[in-house]
Amino acid sequence: MTTVDAGTAARAGTTRPGGLGGDAPRPDGGPKVRGEFAFSNDLWAHDMVWGATLRSPHASARIRAIDVSAAVALPGVRAVLTADDVPGSRYYGLEHRDQPVFAWEVVRYAGEPVAAVAADHPETARRALAAIVVDYELLTPVCDPEAALTGPDLHPDGNTFRRLLVNKGDRTARGPVVVEGTYELGMQDQAFLGPEAGLASPGDDGGIDLVVSTQWLHNDRDQIAECLGLAPDKVRLTLGGVGGAFGGREDVSLQVHASLLAQRVGRPVKMVYSREESFLGHVHRHPGRLWMRHSADHDGTIVSYEARIVLDGGAYRSSSYHVVANAACFSAGPYNTPNAVVEGLGVRTNNPPCGAMRGFGAVQVCFAHEAQMDRLADACGIDRVELRLRNAMAPGDTLLTGQVIDGALPVAEVIRAAAALPMPGPAPADPMARPGGAGRTTDGPDVVRGVGFAVGFKNLMYAEGYDDDSHGACRLERGVVTVTCAAAEVGQGFVTLCQQIGREVLGVADVVVAPADTAIGSAGSTSASRQTWMSGGAVEKACRSVRAQVVAHVAAATGAAAADLDLVDGHVVAVSGPVAVSIDLAELTAERSFTDSVRFQHRTTSPLDADGQGDAHVSFACAAHRAVVDVDPELGLVRVVQVATAQDVGRVLNPTAALGQIEGGIAQGVGLAVMEELLLSDGRPRNPSFTDYLIPTSLDVPEVVVDWVEVPEPDAPFGAKGIGEPPVISSTPAVVAAIRAATGKPLVRVPVRPGDIVGL
Amino acid sequence: MSDPYVLTVNGAERRVDDAWLGESLLYVLRERLGLPGSKTGCEQGECGSCSVAVDGELVCACLVLAASAVGTTITTVEGLQPERGDFTDVQRAFVDEGAVQCGFCTPGLVMAVHDLLDRTPEPSDLDIREAISGNLCRCTGYGRVVAAVEAAVAVRRGVAASGVAP
Repeated sequence: MTTVDAGTAARAGTTRPGGLGGDAPRPDGGPKVRGEFAFSNDLWAHDMVWGATLRSPHASARIRAIDVSAAVALPGVRAVLTADDVPGSRYYGLEHRDQPVFAWEVVRYAGEPVAAVAADHPETARRALAAIVVDYELLTPVCDPEAALTGPDLHPDGNTFRRLLVNKGDRTARGPVVVEGTYELGMQDQAFLGPEAGLASPGDDGGIDLVVSTQWLHNDRDQIAECLGLAPDKVRLTLGGVGGAFGGREDVSLQVHASLLAQRVGRPVKMVYSREESFLGHVHRHPGRLWMRHSADHDGTIVSYEARIVLDGGAYRSSSYHVVANAACFSAGPYNTPNAVVEGLGVRTNNPPCGAMRGFGAVQVCFAHEAQMDRLADACGIDRVELRLRNAMAPGDTLLTGQVIDGALPVAEVIRAAAALPMPGPAPADPMARPGGAGRTTDGPDVVRGVGFAVGFKNLMYAEGYDDDSHGACRLERGVVTVTCAAAEVGQGFVTLCQQIGREVLGVADVVVAPADTAIGSAGSTSASRQTWMSGGAVEKACRSVRAQVVAHVAAATGAAAADLDLVDGHVVAVSGPVAVSIDLAELTAERSFTDSVRFQHRTTSPLDADGQGDAHVSFACAAHRAVVDVDPELGLVRVVQVATAQDVGRVLNPTAALGQIEGGIAQGVGLAVMEELLLSDGRPRNPSFTDYLIPTSLDVPEVVVDWVEVPEPDAPFGAKGIGEPPVISSTPAVVAAIRAATGKPLVRVPVRPGDIVGL
Repeated sequence: MSDPYVLTVNGAERRVDDAWLGESLLYVLRERLGLPGSKTGCEQGECGSCSVAVDGELVCACLVLAASAVGTTITTVEGLQPERGDFTDVQRAFVDEGAVQCGFCTPGLVMAVHDLLDRTPEPSDLDIREAISGNLCRCTGYGRVVAAVEAAVAVRRGVAASGVAP
């Protein structure tokens, strides 16, 4: 049950059917509910064989020898590949190529690929994997980031992915009230429902055609081409149906392996990960250990802030370099902090690699800075919400990096709006709705209720001078608009947005979204809350160009002034002026089409200097969350009753889709707060299954109450900000603050376990 | 390879040749009978993405050996009978209410909701949440899914009252 407030700003709506601001339904909704939508593991090709990956069971080992002869000899086995069979680069990596396609000589994490096979039946492929003999010399894994920082190098690149210092103001400044704490986060997994899958087919030209679920087609393409020793234009990717992503598909998983196998076998190769392999085969959210010390005046005004943030990046770099930057840059939260000394570290260990997950560094620091805000409020004797309001940033204020916020950032507004949302009713009498649920473990009088509040923010788009772009194309023909963009639809609803933009700009009901592939220029990654802005911007620009062409053509043909013409309900009409015009677009474009293909960029950003100072970011979004929990303190059981949120969205383009993003993000934040952790034992994941890695079910998620705070972002297309990430940032600390309020326990680590509450 | 066997799927008798006896019903539906609507999410009965009805009972197809389903009546998401254009009422409500994001869990959820509404036409919020608690969804947080179930219930109530489909 979700209540949506009318909003704190006038909804910038539309009068165009299916246009921006309305509840346009998903174009892929029908196929998805009927089971007709082809996810990448639904693909099938004539003559295809099945690929599978052999992974190291050890977190740290030397490889003395690999014997594949028994696997090769199995009937039905078509190919067995190891590092020696990689024709191009032996390394890949999202931002930096430091990860072997197949390990040779050394393995650095449990789950690292060592070999791949192709066989006629998936079961034959599994047997072939079991028949490969790898002679490992076991080494002691380095699983503690602090030990890795001072220990021997685990990789030729060293063990420090990044050490970023952010120094602002006077490092000696101190206020009279000081609070300090150390906080920890476990390893969260994206746990998207559709496991990694792809179908690679050899092309007639010696190239590869790969249909795959990914967040970034062009980056995958470049890595595959390098490893296969092919020119990039010989590797053609098409987006397969993507069963969720949340950051976990930004890195290459099976793309290179499947392509290599197809190249070798000369037949289409389908690879599908099992759930266990999915847990082993993609990066996770960085676990972290964070120390923070704040000082303030007695009235709660923050004077100084110091922090040391250590993120465990695991065996390979992935996006650790930029996760560290986000963590450090946003580590003080959306609060004015005049003096700061921050050290951010991303460290290589023998744990599974970590990289992008929704929230990207901001999640880890928000858990810590929000606990600090509560401590500071308590130490000053000030209401916790009031302390946050007192320090809330606003446009014109500066970040830790010295960058002045020149766009919208309504921090105080989201705090006030979230605090004003209705509270839930008292704990229900139904035992099913108590902590422990169907276990019926908790008696009514034992339930203690707590309320917590948290605020968070992060950047939108890439940063630090990595100024990416997106490409979009529009074609108007026979009255139908076709929009083309390589942006990965991963469930978030970009395809819906494309249709809304096409209808809004061109006044045509029928908008077709072409398949996403590498035939058009890159759209960049579906990450960093960037696609509505970047690819939405590209699609809008292309549609506006087509609109201008149509208007110019009709103006020339009719003598009407271009300024008098509009595109409405499939017609070009004169809405003013002396010349009456009403031309059916379908007739106008029956014989000729109007097209354009464009590139869209956001404004430039700068790298950070040696003190972590610089205009490194494009835009920011904030949210506030208030959580209400019921706790059984004797059993350590928690039921999250309600999460209320007000979010800075710029402008809502599709209320239903926006609500889905917020509810889904909160569910993942609740998961990190009380359930989700990939447990490691000597670097080996202990719970890589949905039996043991628990994600929230329909009985675990709280009631969600939402208020939009709509302050249009001046730079953004339609004024809209990306909305996917803020829901997952401050929902976790709000829930934990509520459990602290109910129990009085310090709870400095997430996920909160029953033992932490009971005090075991 | 096993002897050929016949499965009754969505009202049709489907012969399965050259199968390995260890194949799950899910594998046979997807890879041998061309019915990929049931999804492979965990292969251990935790996620519900492969939910199908066997003799009217909602089961995870990944946990059923295909050969053991000989002689049963199997209904998959492809076999649901649309009564509202191309949609069942539940499918229509999922689209209209925003219950679909990535959509991977959706066919399983649709099967689970049909099973619920066949048994309990007027479910409470808790009935709904219990009924779909075996279907993991990572995108939606279930809010719009519950809204879709409520919408489908309202439509059925209207149909029952008026005798006319909207």
